[in-house]
Amino acid sequence: MANILVVTEHLKGEFQDITFEMLGKAKEIAQSTGGSCSAMVFGSMSGQTDQMGAADTVITAEVGDDYNPEAYAAAVKSVVSANSPDLIMIGSTSMGIDIANPVSTALDIPTVSFCADIVAAGGGFTCTSQMYGGKMNVVSSVDGALISMVLAGSFNADTGRVSGSPAVEASAVEAGAGKVRFKQLIEPEAADVDITQSDILVAVGRGIGSKDDIEVAEELAEALEADIACSRPIVDAGWMSKSHQVGKSGMKVKPKVYIALGISGAPEHIEGMKATSTIIAINTDKNAPIFDVAHYGMTEDLFDVVEELLEELD
Amino acid sequence: MKIVVPLKQVPDLVEDLEVDATGKALDAEEVKLKLNEFDDQALEEALLLKESGAADEVVAMAFDGEDVDKMLFTAIAKGANKAIKLNGSSPTDIHQLAKAFANAVATEGFDLVMAGVQSADGRDGHLGPIMAEYLSVPCISVVAGVSVSGGQATVQKEYSGGMLGEFEVDLPAVLGIQAAAQAPRYAPVSKVRQIQQTETIQEMDAGDLGAGAGSAISSMAAPEKGLGAKMLDDVEALMAVLKDKGVA
Ligand SMILES: Cc1cc2nc3c(=O)[nH]c(=O)nc-3n(C[C@H](O)[C@H](O)[C@H](O)COP(=O)(O)OP(=O)(O)OC[C@H]3O[C@@H](n4cnc5c(N)ncnc54)[C@H](O)[C@@H]3O)c2cc1C
Ligand SMILES: Nc1ncnc2c1ncn2[C@@H]1O[C@H](COP(=O)(O)O)[C@@H](O)[C@H]1O
Repeated sequence: MANILVVTEHLKGEFQDITFEMLGKAKEIAQSTGGSCSAMVFGSMSGQTDQMGAADTVITAEVGDDYNPEAYAAAVKSVVSANSPDLIMIGSTSMGIDIANPVSTALDIPTVSFCADIVAAGGGFTCTSQMYGGKMNVVSSVDGALISMVLAGSFNADTGRVSGSPAVEASAVEAGAGKVRFKQLIEPEAADVDITQSDILVAVGRGIGSKDDIEVAEELAEALEADIACSRPIVDAGWMSKSHQVGKSGMKVKPKVYIALGISGAPEHIEGMKATSTIIAINTDKNAPIFDVAHYGMTEDLFDVVEELLEELD
Repeated sequence: MKIVVPLKQVPDLVEDLEVDATGKALDAEEVKLKLNEFDDQALEEALLLKESGAADEVVAMAFDGEDVDKMLFTAIAKGANKAIKLNGSSPTDIHQLAKAFANAVATEGFDLVMAGVQSADGRDGHLGPIMAEYLSVPCISVVAGVSVSGGQATVQKEYSGGMLGEFEVDLPAVLGIQAAAQAPRYAPVSKVRQIQQTETIQEMDAGDLGAGAGSAISSMAAPEKGLGAKMLDDVEALMAVLKDKGVA
């Protein structure tokens, strides 16, 4: 019997997809083990509990609407310590990192990071983590209670997107120490092109090697009437603006065709583009994880392929 | 103001990774180690804070292990003031490791710990926020912008879709760094060699590691192939796909 606590996530008054992914999975595990599922919601999201139909109970925490690492972690700590759930599901997200670790430490509950699957087994759980940039699946087993940090895109959000009227309980949360203060949300800078609307994207990764060589990819994009996108290291190197970044901390895109040039396919990149209808990957490493999600692949040097393509297209 | 940067080596993911005979770990013989990319970002951001005058001292810190000395000398070559290597009993999980770092920074003194946001082989939690909990100081992770003044830091935390949350945090604090304000600098090999001859790495005992809170690995394997891409042999085949999809 697994009693599960799902820590919900919201931004600008909306529950994030990861919340529904976790709720759907939690409901499945709770049902198969004869347990129950509760969802913890923060601030005025307590007014939207009708979206939490997959949960048996909603636990509310009056900690303000704007996420605050210190206050939210303190609230989760007190709810976990009061309810002793067997499984605590937290997103492997920006917010989840701040919350899962202190809860794990304060209450001595093991954490498994980067979970792409969770199965109830015996009295405990077996989790599969995507590690090494997606190159290895690592299975962990835990006998007792567990915090699992769930990778976005692992479960079907639609299964958890159920309306209903679960019982609502208010938690008695303590205020944090007040050492962290939320100041403001900063919206992304206006972009020259909105890649979330593109039909065709040519995306470059670290395999491109240098800033100057991006020109080659730009030529291909032009020839295909595509827009240009990139992975995170390209932005961090200052070679392209953030508005072109695809992935966890970048844009979620779903063009008709996505051509990935020299991108390894780390889970954080995949999160932003796996909804694409046709993914074509060109990478010299035959074991690159990008080939697990791509529809077509070539293990060739990207420069050779692009050069030949440009000749063909001419 | 003093910044401690914990540095870790991880397998270079561009190389082939093999599982060893136990089926539970990577074959260490085959692994090529390199500095975790987010630790490189954290070190860069710390050095930028030092250069701007916001910080006085940057300390690189690592747990003893293969090639750790070279990694620490490289950090000094890039501009860290000193390097500390922890040794003593071996931590069995991230909680024990974080306890070792918490002990060490408490002894050394710090205003900011800037760890990398995550590492490619971290399976049981994240060092930064765990050590913050042991130290009873605040922590913010996934940070891509730090400024410091008057006993507090203003940080920008990345959310999805390019959104940022801005926070003010009282020091001392721990940050999990995602990206520095500029690409990490490079230390020429000759400079690293010279540092190796002139500088020493300070050693520190890791102290009491506590009980930990781990979980066991039951197996490790590359994802199953076969569900993946249809591989194309040449550009002609690729052209055919592009035409079929109406792109070319
Ligand atoms: C919290 C967090 C958020 C993140 N958010 C994002 C995000 O939004 N987007 C994102 O992309 N990443 C994100 N990352 C980073 C992510 O983990 C990876 O580091 C990143 O996606 C790797 O980018 P890459 O594939 O371009 O580089 P690498 O992983 O270095 O891959 C380069 C690839 O190029 C291939 N290659 C090299 N030369 C050639 C050649 N000549 N021809 C063909 N192939 C070649 C190599 O085989 C390799 O597979 C995030 C990480 C964290 C921790
Ligand atoms: N063994 C280690 N030695 C030094 N620093 C570490 C170690 N493990 C983790 N870290 C630090 O903690 C960060 C996050 O890694 P992880 O805890 O694996 O998520 C890394 O980027 C390092 O800064």
